[in-house]
Amino acid sequence: MAEKKSLGKEFTKGLIKENPVLRLVLGTCPTLAVTTSVTNAIGMGVAATIVLVCSNIAISALRKIIPDKVRIPAYIVIIASFVTIVQMLVKAFVPALNTALGAFLPLIVVNCIILGRAEAFASKNTVLYSAVDGLGMGIGFTTALCLMGTCREILGAGTFLNGIQDLLVLFGDNVLGGWNGFDFNNGLSAVNLQPITLFILPAGGFFVFGILMALANKIAAGRGKPKAELHGCAHCPMAGSCTKLLENGEKNGKCGNGDKDGKNGENDKIGERNTEKEGAAV
Amino acid sequence: MKYLIALLVMGLLTNNFVLSKFYGICPFLGVSKKLNTAVGMSAAVIVVMLMATAATYPINKMLINNNLEYLQTVVFILVIAALVQMVEIVLKRFMKPLYNALGIYLPLITTNCAVLGVVLLNVQEEYNFIQAMVNSLGAGLGFMLAMVLFAGVRKKMEDCEVPEFLKGLPITLVAASLVSLSFLGFSGIIEGMGLI
Repeated sequence: MAEKKSLGKEFTKGLIKENPVLRLVLGTCPTLAVTTSVTNAIGMGVAATIVLVCSNIAISALRKIIPDKVRIPAYIVIIASFVTIVQMLVKAFVPALNTALGAFLPLIVVNCIILGRAEAFASKNTVLYSAVDGLGMGIGFTTALCLMGTCREILGAGTFLNGIQDLLVLFGDNVLGGWNGFDFNNGLSAVNLQPITLFILPAGGFFVFGILMALANKIAAGRGKPKAELHGCAHCPMAGSCTKLLENGEKNGKCGNGDKDGKNGENDKIGERNTEKEGAAV
Repeated sequence: MKYLIALLVMGLLTNNFVLSKFYGICPFLGVSKKLNTAVGMSAAVIVVMLMATAATYPINKMLINNNLEYLQTVVFILVIAALVQMVEIVLKRFMKPLYNALGIYLPLITTNCAVLGVVLLNVQEEYNFIQAMVNSLGAGLGFMLAMVLFAGVRKKMEDCEVPEFLKGLPITLVAASLVSLSFLGFSGIIEGMGLI
């Protein structure tokens, strides 16, 4: 992060190059759980983006006040507060979304993307850059969710943007003139076809995610970029313990206590893990 | 009693916490490479889930009595974080062998959405104390079942020749999809056993 920074670069890196879902493999739980329809995906993405931008701004503004030792609990409290605010707003204004997302709305608190950006970016950068970084990452997250939601909804339910009116209820009851998403089911049954229900079931979620990840890897490989690996933990503040865990299960590698060693040791630990992985692949 | 068994079977098989509800995917993909780490991690998750449920139940009652429901998310995550730290300290001091076995997994669990997820679900479904505990146990055992099964699948997969672009995470996800598919076979088991 030492090189020259520009606002545009910080914004666009989250969209493709460092897409949180397909490249950094963060936030997999909501990605799999809420993408049964594009509408839910958009709702989840927007909610997470709002939390991400707000928490990045707050954490970066407070970064010199928060003592290093208690930074993780402090971040969690800040994030949880914003999640609560968003949850209350959603409950009040878009009740259908609250029902659709269920427990995954409050679970934005433990979404690795948000804690990860707080730790990796907002704690080291100014407010403006942190806000832009949060916005870029949030939009990248939303895009990936929509991509998955599109595949799953069209294949699995035979609809697209179904229930979009419920999401836009905020702007009025009939803002789209009664239009509530595409429905291909009539056309499909005319040629004796049915949607593949499997794709909106959990198994389909894993499958679509796997195929999209493979495509992203293929594209990245064409540009000489490394594959997406599950180094989610490296971006997570608990990286130290996780890495140790995957290596040989030693008991002295705890890092959840907010000590500085975890921070400094993070990079070489990732290196170690990568070499270990390469070794295993050979 | 029937309802409790139904809750347990639901968490374990039909509504498996990992494979059909998508809680705790990160450890499911990250820690399931070896059987012993998979078992250790899931044991730690079960312990923390049960303790978190027991601890948050009275706290939630207190919040509701004071009209502070909106603080649930903030309070629960802090309680879980504090609980995990305390469990770690107590284990380290008094139960060294157990600490050596489970200790390394504990810090990971704080930010694991499975634990916060089960606590929030218990609140949403308005379970009473016994039901909440059984639900958490079912969720934890379901997590363990998925982890152990998947560790076996991944071990087999290591010997397979996988196309280059599918290697690594993509093929793992496709395998997870097949494991999840096999759990679909359990649907209807609760009705079939006459538990509901």
